[in-house]
Amino acid sequence: MSLTQSRQVDPDFLALPLTAVSDAAIQTGLSLGASHVDIRVERVRTGILQLRDTTPETQIDGSVSGIGVRVIVNGAWGFASAPEISADKARELAKVAVAMAKTSGPLSTEEIALAPEPVYAGKTWVSEYEIDPFDVPGAEKIVRLAELNGSLLKSTAVNFASAASMFVKEQKHYADSYGTSTTQQRVRIQTHIEAFNVGENGFESIRTLAQPAGFGWEWMGNTAWNWDAEISELPTLLAEKVAAPSIVAGKYDLLIHPSNLWLTIHESIGHATELDRALGYEANYAGTSFATVDNLNKLQYGSSLMNITGDRVTPHGLSTVGYDDEGVEAQRWDIIKDGLLVGYQLDRRIASRAGRERSNGCAFADSPSHVPIQRMPNVSLQPNPTGPDFAGLVAGVEDGILIKGDNSWSIDMQRYNFQFTGQQFHRIKNGEIVGQVKDVAYQATTTDFWRSMKTVGGPSTYVLGGAFNCGKAQPGQIAAVSHGCPAAVFDKVNVLNTVAEAGK
Amino acid sequence: MIAPQELIERITAAADYEDCIVIVEAKTQANLRWASSTLTTNGVIAEQTVTVVAFVAVDGGIATGSITKTSVGLDEIAGIAKEAGLVARAAGKAEDQAPLLRDKTVGDWKGAHNATGPDIFSAFAPQLGDFFKKSKTDSIELFGYAEHTHQTTWVGSKGGLRLRHDQPAGRLEMTGKSHNRSRSTWEGRATRDFSDVDLAGVDAGIRQRLEWQSRSAAKAAGRYQTVLPAGSVADLLAYLLWTSPARDAAEGRSVYSKKGEAGKTRIGEVFANLPLNIYSDPTYKGLESSPFNVATSSGPFSSVFDNGLPQEKWEFIKDGKLHGLVSTRSVEKATGIPYGSGGDNVIMDIPGGAGDLNAQIAKVKSGLLLTTLWYIRMVDPVTSLLTGLTRDGVYEIKDGEVIGAVNNFRWNESPVDLLGRIASAGATKVTATREFEDLGRTATPDVIFDDFNMSTVSQAN
Repeated sequence: MSLTQSRQVDPDFLALPLTAVSDAAIQTGLSLGASHVDIRVERVRTGILQLRDTTPETQIDGSVSGIGVRVIVNGAWGFASAPEISADKARELAKVAVAMAKTSGPLSTEEIALAPEPVYAGKTWVSEYEIDPFDVPGAEKIVRLAELNGSLLKSTAVNFASAASMFVKEQKHYADSYGTSTTQQRVRIQTHIEAFNVGENGFESIRTLAQPAGFGWEWMGNTAWNWDAEISELPTLLAEKVAAPSIVAGKYDLLIHPSNLWLTIHESIGHATELDRALGYEANYAGTSFATVDNLNKLQYGSSLMNITGDRVTPHGLSTVGYDDEGVEAQRWDIIKDGLLVGYQLDRRIASRAGRERSNGCAFADSPSHVPIQRMPNVSLQPNPTGPDFAGLVAGVEDGILIKGDNSWSIDMQRYNFQFTGQQFHRIKNGEIVGQVKDVAYQATTTDFWRSMKTVGGPSTYVLGGAFNCGKAQPGQIAAVSHGCPAAVFDKVNVLNTVAEAGK
Repeated sequence: MIAPQELIERITAAADYEDCIVIVEAKTQANLRWASSTLTTNGVIAEQTVTVVAFVAVDGGIATGSITKTSVGLDEIAGIAKEAGLVARAAGKAEDQAPLLRDKTVGDWKGAHNATGPDIFSAFAPQLGDFFKKSKTDSIELFGYAEHTHQTTWVGSKGGLRLRHDQPAGRLEMTGKSHNRSRSTWEGRATRDFSDVDLAGVDAGIRQRLEWQSRSAAKAAGRYQTVLPAGSVADLLAYLLWTSPARDAAEGRSVYSKKGEAGKTRIGEVFANLPLNIYSDPTYKGLESSPFNVATSSGPFSSVFDNGLPQEKWEFIKDGKLHGLVSTRSVEKATGIPYGSGGDNVIMDIPGGAGDLNAQIAKVKSGLLLTTLWYIRMVDPVTSLLTGLTRDGVYEIKDGEVIGAVNNFRWNESPVDLLGRIASAGATKVTATREFEDLGRTATPDVIFDDFNMSTVSQAN
């Protein structure tokens, strides 16, 4: 399915004085002594629709627009932004950014340089989606979510239902003093539906496994994801979960479904292989990484079945673009090959600092008010081309737990110790699923965990998962990112009982 | 761009429905970020949001809808007023209907936004440069962030609301690392204008902690008497507050619900072993915040119908008992749980609490001292079990003195349960959270908790 050709950047964004504004900023910056100027003119529209049972509880339709101008003067950065889109404002911002760079100079001992990149002039790119969510009448969106919640509420196992949908359209014009100029438009959507049971022993809930992705409102039909089918199974799964026995803490083989494994990949591989983190740029906030540069081409990150790629090209990927926020063309590369750490995520400044010839295109800024920084590409675990299908994976587990759906997540600042929970935990005995258990958390050290990966599912088990809410940097920035992965089996992982953990 | 006040007048005049509230938030910010004792990024930021909330009479009640944009041009005024009305009609009758406040003025309506900018750092930045140089000489690497923000909020309505609030905010964070980054520590400060930021004190703190790490030992997972500095106590309170909507509790789906008794909450139940208080108060000295309620959209924590209501002291835990939950007027009507909007700051005080962090350390015979908590997430909302890590320094205390550093831990704890395990506490002070900046302004004491559950060891440093 590729409708890219038929999709254009919206005329009302193209009608903004994009070229006049970017030329004004670049000319002003250069004339004031900047060695580099880049500018983004952006408009990001975000819709949020939340239903409590069948009634709308929260509705937000917000759009953020503005200009961000970044300069390098005497090897130091300066940045300024404002919400007004005009050539005069762009000139003013270029002046403020140059002044900020001059003020910063005395505090900066590292000379900023950018890795080279070919010039792309006048390029346009639009993501693959069919229906702009903002073209769909509000009432129609409410009806669809109310229908799904309403279907849950018909079951006696479900006391309450909540639906939350978030949809974003990001429009971005980028230009720099090398001569690159790109205009791009991306659309993404995330919907979660959760069913609650309230009983004698408190409450329990279960959430849909549907993942966020770079689709439009067509995502809410039953073609790209079968919502009606998933919703119809949820009440039974919830009833089973309520009645399920509490897990006995200990070591279990885990068969982890892509709806859970994407988050483990995100936290223990995605963030750990950001080169700016590994070098210490995030030491005060997001943290550093155990995968420091001396480990490149040496560290056995995981078992030989482990192949991880970074990319900004996967169709419907949340991190997929045509060009990044420094004018670098989208790419795909290896991060872990046969279990060995072989690559990092880079932007142009970090690439230059690390002596790399080229950035792999991971610069992103979440709003016109924020500077582009290195953000995560789609980081994905490749399926085993000859690996088993899902039934085959289950059949191969003697004494373990199948985990589906993400829930709680936490990992330390060097990305060693993590602990995750999930939505569904199915006990597997002698190759068969024998019923749900609950109160499960799995905890491990990153390299121990990935080295214990003993079976990787085949292409039929592969799902593109992801998140809208990945945080990094100060001031804080949020990014959306996808992680594709097959289901996989991990040998004897530490499983905690969350009720026992809470007890005192 | 059109001045906020004029924009509000024009949009509310253009709105042809029952009432229309327009909220304009203007924000300016300057920030500096550094790593390895050199500046890495900076920014001078101006932002604005204009939210138009329409209140439209529909069958059986009032419907609401809102649209938010960065700016609205003269030619867009009629359009945005109309669009908000359409969103309301599509939504249908609102569940959270309550009488709208009218004809009220707060603050200097007419004045322009008082912008902040890089000048706020004019004294601070050269000092920071000196510390960068000094740290390099002493093989210490400094990483950190300084941010100063001014935000002006105007709330105006067709019904005569003309409310304005100005909020300054600022924070300084500094991580110090030494010995090939094998030692790490952190200092944070909350400030309103950077005039009170004592960089020399931050530097001294970092040096003392790095020195404490010259002796280190391995410590196994287990339960320890643990001293949490005020900032990490504030981080620990975040989820207590973020799960506090009254309706969730009344529906049986929160830690504040009475198990097995439909519709009943735990209000009145003793939560803490000491008669402590957790509350918000817009007049609290050093944490002054908006005296009126602002809601750009409705949700579990807010209702657009409650815009402009006075923000009074809201008591969550009082004398050790659960006292209030976040409730809108419509939820109050449905559940009987009194209106309380949660406020824009958080204060915890423990009667009898006195002394600084050293005074708390001196009380511990055998235990741990933490620096900060990190990556705190909800594991089980039934018990409010949280997980998280210790970060940037865990120290062993013997007979009232720090004897050296130990490894980091992953902990699993419920803050609800921890409120019942307080051994002692210090005086309440204005503090900076490490993880949950969005908790807003905070004042908490250093607290000694008994039997803190360090669940597994983390190799991170």
